[in-house]
Amino acid sequence: MMTFILRRVLLIIPILIGLTLLLFVISRMLPGDPVGLAAGPNATPALIAQLRKDFNLDQPLPIQYWTYLAGLIHGDWGMSIFTRRPVFTDILSYLPATLELVIAAFLIAVVVGIPLGLLTAVYRNGVLDYLTRTVALGGIAMPRFFLGLLLQLAFAAWLDILPLSGRFPLIESPPDTVTGFYTIDALIAGDWHTFGIALAHLALPAITLALSPLATIMRMMRASTIEVLQQDYVMTERALGLSSRLILFKYVLKNAMTSTLTVIGLYVSWLLGGTVLVETVFDWPGLGLYATQAILTQDFMPVIGVTLVIAIIYLFTMLIVDLLYGVFNPKVRYA
Amino acid sequence: MPLLEIRDLNLAMKSYEGETHILHGINLTIERGEIWGMVGETGSGKSLTGLSVSRLIPTPPGRYLAGSIRFDGHDVLTASDAEMRALRGRHIGMIFQDPTTNLNPVFRVGTQLLDVAMHAGHADPSVLGVAAGASSRVFKRAAREKAVEMLDKVGIPNAAARIDDYPHQFSGGMRQRVLIAMAMIGKPDLLIADEPTTALDVSVQAQILRLIHDLVAERNIGVLLITHNLGVVAQICTHVAVMYRGRILESGPVRDVLKHPSHVYTKALLNSVPTAHSKRGELRGLGGILPESFA
Amino acid sequence: MTTHAPGAVAAPPQSARMENWSRAFYRFRQSWLSVIGLALVIILIVLAIIAPYIVPHPDQVRGATDTAMRFRPPSAEAWFGTNALGQDMFSLVLVGSRVSLLSGLAVVAIAIVVGSVIGAVAGYFGGWIDEILMRFTDLLLTIPSLILAMAVAAALGTGVGHMIAAIAITWWPVYARLVRGEVISKKEEQFVVAARALGAGWVRLLCRHILPNIVSPVVVKASLDVGFAILTVASLGFVGIGVKPPTPEWGTLLSNARSYMPQYWWTAVAPGTAIFIAVLAFNLLGDGLRDVLDPKARR
Repeated sequence: MMTFILRRVLLIIPILIGLTLLLFVISRMLPGDPVGLAAGPNATPALIAQLRKDFNLDQPLPIQYWTYLAGLIHGDWGMSIFTRRPVFTDILSYLPATLELVIAAFLIAVVVGIPLGLLTAVYRNGVLDYLTRTVALGGIAMPRFFLGLLLQLAFAAWLDILPLSGRFPLIESPPDTVTGFYTIDALIAGDWHTFGIALAHLALPAITLALSPLATIMRMMRASTIEVLQQDYVMTERALGLSSRLILFKYVLKNAMTSTLTVIGLYVSWLLGGTVLVETVFDWPGLGLYATQAILTQDFMPVIGVTLVIAIIYLFTMLIVDLLYGVFNPKVRYA
Repeated sequence: MPLLEIRDLNLAMKSYEGETHILHGINLTIERGEIWGMVGETGSGKSLTGLSVSRLIPTPPGRYLAGSIRFDGHDVLTASDAEMRALRGRHIGMIFQDPTTNLNPVFRVGTQLLDVAMHAGHADPSVLGVAAGASSRVFKRAAREKAVEMLDKVGIPNAAARIDDYPHQFSGGMRQRVLIAMAMIGKPDLLIADEPTTALDVSVQAQILRLIHDLVAERNIGVLLITHNLGVVAQICTHVAVMYRGRILESGPVRDVLKHPSHVYTKALLNSVPTAHSKRGELRGLGGILPESFA
Repeated sequence: MTTHAPGAVAAPPQSARMENWSRAFYRFRQSWLSVIGLALVIILIVLAIIAPYIVPHPDQVRGATDTAMRFRPPSAEAWFGTNALGQDMFSLVLVGSRVSLLSGLAVVAIAIVVGSVIGAVAGYFGGWIDEILMRFTDLLLTIPSLILAMAVAAALGTGVGHMIAAIAITWWPVYARLVRGEVISKKEEQFVVAARALGAGWVRLLCRHILPNIVSPVVVKASLDVGFAILTVASLGFVGIGVKPPTPEWGTLLSNARSYMPQYWWTAVAPGTAIFIAVLAFNLLGDGLRDVLDPKARR
């Protein structure tokens, strides 16, 4: 199994290199002049030429690429023309916020979706089933940014029980940085007050991001469970007296997880990309906002940087998912 | 008191086409030590009868129109769910046809065995050989010992190591043995075997039948062996019931029924079994097709 | 013993494939959710096509404003109310469907064509052609599609065509993989081997024999995808990429409405609900088609 993991991790490197090449080529091929935009409308040709030189844009393409690649390995991910800061620094400062959001959304989707899927498969056509299936249908169709807006309207504007936007209010001080996740850091410091604030701010964005994956996970789980319940071995388990609770939550759950795992894996990429929209609506200071601003100013180094980070996270997640297949289905183990 | 007494059992099943009366007045009595074969064509209602004994037929879409099933004096059809669960695994063991699909593929064989053993043990600690108030750790240990012992008894070599293997690591015959172990670990009084050897090849079939026979001799249990194979019946059954379209046409001690069949259908069934002396091209089947609702 | 023949009913003469489709359609009709989806989709598409001709305020759609009528809540004259510029939300949303809806359809259509060609070639020829094409496809799949679409669209500049092209670029890889898988599995089937033995060239094999048999999974996936394509189009509009005012687009309408929350909620609820209904309709239709066409998705 270790060889499998090692092989996969090593494979990630050429994939990433290929990715950087692809992204680099795309960014240089597209029309648009980030330097011109950054320099502003009053820039003189001399200033623009100077800026171009500063950002290495006057070199031939292959040399630019090579410099970039070499820099990547050393932690130099280029400069953002817009923020005038190293991309690497920018990414490090924005990454925890996005990770906190994505992980929270993921947890909500899985913790709520899987049991609901199990239960609605057993109590088919009951009230719970119809209710959740309707919400699921709606959840998948609902655009994230609209949902965010609606939640803001309902909970922040009209009911006023949750904050409207942002990650943390300016008047309070965030917890000391241990992980970069405000919620966890507050817990580590034992500061319940701060934890409450951080959680309140995290709630709406996380729910907004979680609804679609939750709906799909639930549907997938329901379908797999229905299929599993018809299997012969479930009949044997029943015939030998095992309780329904044991059969459902120990045996059927594990049998049904495999297809749901696939769905979960596919949604990781969606979650990571979708932070763009949710962060915009809620002013959440994460990679999504950073990338959006970079895109709008045609500042490509940050875009490539963010894409690389997301790709790395995605590839590692896929590796974990593939390993988990082995946990849930011994026949595919990589022993 | 007879171990199993089925009287005038009538079962109907609801489907898209409406409700069909499937079992008509089934009468069957099984005593300890008897191996009852239940023969008939596919769709004759044999499996449904077997499933009814453990009340494994969901009602809906099933509906018992009349009759009763008494296991060791307990009325099965009116018992509560909890009472039925206490019977299953502990007093009534069941094995089904296809050993490949009847073992949960993602769990170790030991896990599944242990769960059945624990269930039986909680109902009756003497099955595991522990005292009633013993801790769960003692229970688990005793269950595991019993599981290894059971695997060994059904003929799995190197049982102590194999208990932690997954079903796909066993051959078909081995898997059926594992299933028999699971069915017998709770020390049941009645074993219902639904086509236990149909999915196995002939040599393995003989071994499995021998195993069942030995279990009966050793523990004095009753067996209901459902099959369409008259050869199997002739090999180990003490009694036989012939079923056709939801009715028992003829039943009694095996020697009597097979040597001196009184019903036309039984005679035709026996006639259709090819013997070593059959001439080439001489296969006698039974004409007619069973109506759709039974197939 | 007599054998009784079941009563025979004279079957209407139909080719096997037609019979399959008509049976499928019958099953489709059984699920009323799917029928609703189909009906909604048809209505939406028709509305999108004829929108500019039936809209109450066609001049506003092109940019005319009416500041006297700013921020009127929904009423008899303006069913969805008016926005900051006094424009009738109903007209804007209705014409907005042209961009959002039809763009979504265009994206999927292009993705199918490009993806199918690449996937079919890769699947059919195998070997290093397959390797190269699939490595490239997988590479594209590791990039989060929204970000890539946004980046390309932003760089290409404003305009519906650019936006559609940008999104389509991120969409075709999934179809390529799907078609490739299907082609690989169909390639070894008897009817293909037979046709090849009769001397059919690869173009004919692909077009006449293999591709018509993989229509089902592609159609199922496409119908489920249109909804998400519409969402992506709207997402791009929301972020500010793609079309520029005065061309109405649901995403941009929603984005503009943000500043006027919560008092003038109708300026956001109208376009948002439109997106929701459109995506829901296509999802219902897609689900229905999948239940009917996908042999694996039996109830």
